[in-house]
This record gives sequence, structure tokens and C-alpha cells, in this order.
Amino acid sequence: MCRVGAIKSKKYTHPAKVLYLMLPQQKGHDNSGFAMVMQDLGGVFAPYKDLPLLSYAGNTASVEKIHNYMQGKGFTLRFEWSPQTKPQSGLDIALLEHYNFEVYAYPPEYQNAERSVKENLLTNTRLALRAMTEENDAAFVYSFWPDVLTLKEIGNPADIGSYFNLWQEDTDFCAKIITVQCRQNTNYAIVRYAAHPFFLQGYTVLANGENTFYVKNKEFQKSLHRGYLGFESDSQCFLYTLHYLQHELKWPLEYYKHVITPLPFQDLAKREDKAVLLALRQSLPHLEINGPNTIIGVLPDGRVINVNDSKKLRPVVVGGDGETVAISSEVCGLNVILPDRDQEKDIYPNEREMLVIDNNLEVARWKQ
Amino acid sequence: METVTVNELTPNDLPWRIEWDPCLCKLCGSCVAACTFQAIRVSVEARSYVYSQGDVPTPLEGERYAVPVIKQTATVQQHCVGCGMCEKTCPNRAIRPRRNEDSRWEIFAREGGSPIKRGGRANLNAGDRTFDKIVVGRISQMTDPSLDAERHTFDILAPFGRVLPADKMPLSVKDGKLSLNKPLPPVRWIYPLIFGDMSIGALSPRAWEAVCLAAACLNEKYNLPVRMCSGEGGMPMRLLKSKYLKYMILQIASGHFGWNRIVKAMPEMQEDPAGILIKIGQGAKPGDGGLLMAAKVAPHIQAIRGVPKSDLLSPPNHQGLYSIEESVQKMFLSMNAAFKFRVPVGIKTSATASSVSIYNNLLRDPYHIVGGYFIDGLYGGTGAANEISLDHTGHPIVSKVRDCYLAAVAQGRQGQIPLWGAGGVGMTGNAAADAFKLICLGANGVSVGKILLQLMGCIGNDHSRCNSCNTGLCPTGITTQDIKLVRRLDVDKAAQNIVDYVRAFDQELRKLMAPIGNSSLPVGRSDALVATDKAVAEQLKIPYAC
Ligand code: SF4
Ligand code: SF4
Repeated sequence: MCRVGAIKSKKYTHPAKVLYLMLPQQKGHDNSGFAMVMQDLGGVFAPYKDLPLLSYAGNTASVEKIHNYMQGKGFTLRFEWSPQTKPQSGLDIALLEHYNFEVYAYPPEYQNAERSVKENLLTNTRLALRAMTEENDAAFVYSFWPDVLTLKEIGNPADIGSYFNLWQEDTDFCAKIITVQCRQNTNYAIVRYAAHPFFLQGYTVLANGENTFYVKNKEFQKSLHRGYLGFESDSQCFLYTLHYLQHELKWPLEYYKHVITPLPFQDLAKREDKAVLLALRQSLPHLEINGPNTIIGVLPDGRVINVNDSKKLRPVVVGGDGETVAISSEVCGLNVILPDRDQEKDIYPNEREMLVIDNNLEVARWKQ
Repeated sequence: METVTVNELTPNDLPWRIEWDPCLCKLCGSCVAACTFQAIRVSVEARSYVYSQGDVPTPLEGERYAVPVIKQTATVQQHCVGCGMCEKTCPNRAIRPRRNEDSRWEIFAREGGSPIKRGGRANLNAGDRTFDKIVVGRISQMTDPSLDAERHTFDILAPFGRVLPADKMPLSVKDGKLSLNKPLPPVRWIYPLIFGDMSIGALSPRAWEAVCLAAACLNEKYNLPVRMCSGEGGMPMRLLKSKYLKYMILQIASGHFGWNRIVKAMPEMQEDPAGILIKIGQGAKPGDGGLLMAAKVAPHIQAIRGVPKSDLLSPPNHQGLYSIEESVQKMFLSMNAAFKFRVPVGIKTSATASSVSIYNNLLRDPYHIVGGYFIDGLYGGTGAANEISLDHTGHPIVSKVRDCYLAAVAQGRQGQIPLWGAGGVGMTGNAAADAFKLICLGANGVSVGKILLQLMGCIGNDHSRCNSCNTGLCPTGITTQDIKLVRRLDVDKAAQNIVDYVRAFDQELRKLMAPIGNSSLPVGRSDALVATDKAVAEQLKIPYAC
């Protein structure tokens, strides 16, 4: 089983925090990987919040290939950063040659373009980079978006932390939102692209569970958007649905819950908004999820959400101390990083609600 | 000495032979009275014996006498169909039909130069079912828990009606909420099991009533929104004007029989019907029109259909309807004129190699008016057809549903026009298993017919037993209009059997949904299935397992 976690804080937080959040839960995951997405970045990336940041890992040849491509498309490199690695013997980690985080300036003709035009450019660029480095796993291109950084690796999370020097807190490498997951996808082949959190155009999703409507979701999503690809993990479907409803259809957030875990017909019939809810249920049955799941999502505006399957078959808890709110599969993780919080106020979300943590760290519980 | 008459039929030439035990028979004549096919009769046979007395055998003629016997008739018109009514009726079980493996029926039954006609289902290859080579093989074990069939809630409903894609729905956001700017095309969420199109001419009034009763009872008492399709030929005025019309799907077939009445009843209808089904073709006899033999055109049928007593033939196609565009247009017109866009309209064709093309065309439906594609496969039943059509034409349903579903997937249009499959669902008795597998392969629901007859008491099967629905002599009173025979059917018991079966069907569906961890119907969840036959796996694009 995966274990998932998220930290949303008013202050910049170093990834060491998420390692401490996840480590006590290691009995629940299997120490097979570590993946995180950092958003609202501070430290060395703070001056570049509006410029797209490319996160990837790969071999030397692929780095060159990527640089050439970016140059060819008119992107100029503004800042590059790689973690200070600390190679030691005996670490359980499947290393790649390079872990690069590169900030680019938009091509001149895009500099004053509308947001949506820029967004399309970034997505198309990432997809192109992914496609051209896919052969022989030359590189893994995780995200290309302003203020978003992705790091994923296969191995023992503690060792991965040691290798990337993540145990050592500093102010260079930090963010206000960090989502993390400590397990390689074990239901399918172990590939880095299969490790959540997944990111697409401002939306991040990670989940603990099993989406038994994976095939239905996948078959439907494939034709909805060019960015809905990969499907190395059944949890990618949660991201694509969130993105589709929010970004493509522009529906209010609450309908995410209504689409993935629709109310039973008999409950639906009692609702005032039954016409709309039925319309959604009948139009999007292929985005419904089934099976046990707890899903954490991050929206482009920085809000963090949590929703669960309709039977609430996976654990999750949310707690905060006023400065930081964390979501965790197990409460032991919260106890380590937020020992002074009021535990009475911890929230164990139920199957018919959506938790929304806003930028003031207020946690709203939306009843479906 | 008698002459040897090679060309005369004897019971040994027939598909069924009657075994009659004179020692048990008390000569009450019940069997003869029960046999609607006049395949047995009371007769008198001569007997004699020879005896010998004394030390040296000296044959002497004893008495000559006559005995009454039950005798099998051996003509093409009056031959035993194996229905077993004689055995059922006999108080001493002195008589029974036995299948005759040396039957020469196929050779001589075309006597008079006309093709063999019968009812029932295809008799060829009926044992070799694709359904039985598919197993629900993806069981929730460690990674995701199974559900509890008794405790959890399950949503077992299927759409009938045109479903709009999300980006085509007339939605807008007001105060943070979605609202519909105008009504959507009508969609009914119904039970994924439809009582398939059996007309009131094909069925006896009692049998039809029993199916209606069962549908109403399942809706009103057990909250299972099962719908029943009228079949071609309309329905009684009383039903058209009753509130139960909402459980009925009205069928319009190429003969348009009964539509006059339906149109006339419209101003007085209290409820809209559940839907309209335009029948283009039927799985049991694709490309062949409807057939109701004159023997079954009783006065009430004449009244309902508005016809004189004669063989009623529906043309094999809708006159004036030559393309899919026209058929869509036709739906459009019938809906518009008839029910003002309040009632979903679907179309039914027999499964054919070209079903995917048909579905692709329907999916393009620019008016958003095609409310369902009903595909009727090879093993669908019929009241009357030429045997050659029944046994040698048609297309199996399983791969067809799958192909259509995948065609929709390729265009991202799955679910927009609900797919309903029929044709052999429940053939081996377990309709829930067949339905579930078809649903996982992409059907929204299924339609059944023959199994309903069997539940009511039909003893016909796919090994040539009875299948005489075309004759008007149905021994169980189900497919006849002969009032004496109709009385054999106990309406309440027949309805009760159907109700019980569907209630069990519902439980059985849950028993299949629970282990795969799904609380709503797994439409298109092909990953839940494995095939035990490589060719089936390959064709259906599901894993092979052995
Ligand atoms: S089995 Fe049926 S058809 Fe044959 S003799 Fe008996 S009653 Fe008649
Ligand atoms: S019992 Fe009646 S319905 Fe059944 S096969 Fe015979 S004739 Fe047809």
C-alpha cells in the first residue's frame, strides 16, 4: 500500500519535513521509492516564480538533447540547479546520471502571450521532451511549469534522502506546498513515471489506493486531452479527471467529488440539484472511480484538497498547528512533524466530503 | 404378409419417438387429449396368438382379438415435438417421448416444397457459447478489498436515452453551482435487464399479461425498475391508458402494426411510455421480416393490430428507409411528432458484421436523438421463423458488443449512445452471469426473452424440443391464441416465477460486483474478465488464462 503525505505551510518548508512525515509510516509503504512535488518555491528558486521550471533526470546524452531542443524552440536558460548529492556506499537507490532543475525564459514571441497560450506551449514542450527521451529511458521529464519542482527516484526513501542531502534542512531548497509519496508503483511495472505525485498544468495529485475503474477511466481519458498519457499508474486517472473538470470544463471544484464518487441514484433523487447531478453522472460514468482510495490534490491557486472513495476504504488524517497543515495516511507522521498541534482538531475525512485547505490554512469540509 | 413401403413415414423417422407402456396404461386417454399436435391417437390393433399342446409341437391358432392402444402419428403435419405434455398428464407415467437419434426429419420435413418453419432459437452450435469461455477473473484480494454483497449499497441501473458528452451539455455556472440552461435529451435510468420484445400476437394474452404483471410487481414491490418491450403489434387500449405504460417500451417495426391504436390512445395516456424501440432486425432471423401465422391471429389480435385474419408478414426492412441517416431522421420524426422529445428512442438491429459501422454512424447523430443501440445476437428467440434463418444466419452477440464498445472508445464516445445486448443471454439458465460479462465488455444492459418463456413454463430448448411457437399449438399456453390452450397457463404462477428469477438475478449481479470491488455497474471494465480460450481472449481483447 502507498503512503501519501502533503504539507501546506505559511512558511517555506524544506523537504526534510516530508521525510520525517513519511518515515514513521514506513511499515505501510515498502521503502521502494520517493517522489515529491514542491510548489510555491522559495530559496534559490524564489526570484523565478513566473518562469517555467523544468524538472528532469537522465543521462548525459539526453541532457544535451534536451538543451538543444529547448534552444531550438527559443527558450533561454535563466537558472539551473541540482541538488548537492552525497554518494555513499550501501545506499539503496537506482541512480541516474543527472538530476536537473532548469529555469527558462519563454521564447521572445511568447513573452507577452496570453496565459493559455503559454500553458499550451509548456505542456507541448514537456510532452515533446518526454517523447524524445523515452527510448531506453534516456531521461524522465516530470514537469515544466512555473514554480513547480518534481523529484522522483526508485529506492529506499531514507537513502534517497541521504543521497540528495534532503535530511539537512536549509533555506535554499524549500517550498510552501510539498506533496510526497514513498513507494514505487508495485501493481504495474516499476517505472519512475508511475510514481505519484503526478503533475499537469498546475494540478498535482497523489493517492493511496487502487482504482478498479482504471481501464474505464483510461480508455475515456485518452481521447480527452493530449496531456492525458502515460497511465503507468491507475492513480494518474485521478489527476486527469481533476484537470478535465477544472481546467477544461471549468466546473466548480465540488463537482470533482460528484464525478468521481457520484451519489447513489436513490440519494441523488432526493437532492434539489438532482437534475445537474444526474446529468453529470450520466455523462461521465467513465470517470467514476471505484475501489479504495484517498486522494490528495493541489490546485493551481495553491489550495490543497482531499477526497476519498465512496466507501472510505483507505486511511487519511489532516492536522495543523496554525502555521502548517499536513495530510498524512497515518497519524504517526503528523505526530512527528507537528507534535504540538491540538490532536483533538485532527480531521479524519469521511466518504462523502471534500476537504479544502485554502491559502490561510483554513480547512473547509464540503459535504457532498 | 404386408408390403414393404419404404417411403412411408414411421415413428422411427421422426425426431421423437413415443414410448408407451401398455402394462401401466389405464387407457384414460388423457395423453391424447393433452397432445396439441395430435401426434398420438387412440387406436385399435389386432392381436392373435398361436399355441401348441401335447408332446409334439402342433401350432394351433388361438384367439384373434383387438386391443386399444396409444399410437404415434407419423406425418409431417402431426409429429411429436417432444413437449412431454403426455407424460406430464399421464397419471401412471405410462407414456413419454424419447429423442430419436436416427431421425430423418431434416430430410423429409420440407414436404410440399415449403421451408421448415419453427419457433425457438438456433439449434446449431448452441452448446458452444462464448459466454462460458469467459470468467470473472480479477478478484479483489490484497490490494483492494472486496465489497460485501449483503451490506454495501450497489447502484444497478443503466441508461436508456441519448447521453451528451460533458462539453456539449447546456451547463453554466451560477453562484458557484452548475445549472442546466435547457433540458437534456430524455434519459431513463432503468434496470439493466429488459424484458425483450415479444408481441402480444406471438404470446398468448395470459403469457403477455404475466410478463406485464411481473414487470409491474418488480417495479412497485421490489423497486427494480425493469422495463418491458411490447414487441411489434401494439398493446391493449387499457394498458396504453393506464399508469403502467411507464414500464413499457413501445416497439415500432417494419409492419407498423398497432401504431394506429397507439397514436389514437395518445391524448388519453396518463403516462409516457418508458421508451420507443425502432426494430430494424432481429437476432433470430436477421434479414427476415416478422411472421405471425394466421393460426395465431385471433380476434383480439386483429383488433389490436387492425388487420384481418391472415398470415401477418412484416417486411424485412422499413419501407422508405434506406440509410442510417434516414433511420435517424425517422426516429427524429417519430419522437418529435409523438412524444415531444420526452421519451427516449432507441434502435434495434440484429447483430451483423456491419454492426460497428451502424454504431459509428449512430454515434455521429447530430441531433442528439439516438437513445440506444440494441444489438440482437444469434441466439435470440423467435415466435416464428424459417428454420434456415434460425440455424444459419445471424452473428454472435459477445464480440459484437465488444467491437461496438471499442469503436466508441476509439472516438471517445463511449456511453453516449447506450449499448444493449441480447441474443442468448441466460441460455444456460444463468442470465446474471451472461449479463455481467456483457456489461464488463461494454454493454449497458441486456434484454432477455426466451428465458422468460421458460420461466413461465415453456419446455422448448435448443436441442429441437418443441419449438412449435409458430404453430399456434403451444402446449403450455404461452405462444398460442387458442383459448383452451391458453387456460393451461397459470398467470399468477408464471408472473411469480419471473419475479423470483429477477430478484435472484439482482442478488447474483451483486455477488459478481462485490468480489471485483465495484459498487456501480462495471460497464466496459474488461480487465475484470479473463478468457479460457485464446481466440476468444484475442478477439475480445481480454487476458487469456488457463
Ligand atoms: S411429447 Fe408432446 S407432442 Fe409428443 S406425443 Fe406427447 S404431448 Fe404429443
Ligand atoms: S412450449 Fe410453447 S413457447 Fe415453448 S417452445 Fe413449445 S410452443 Fe414454443
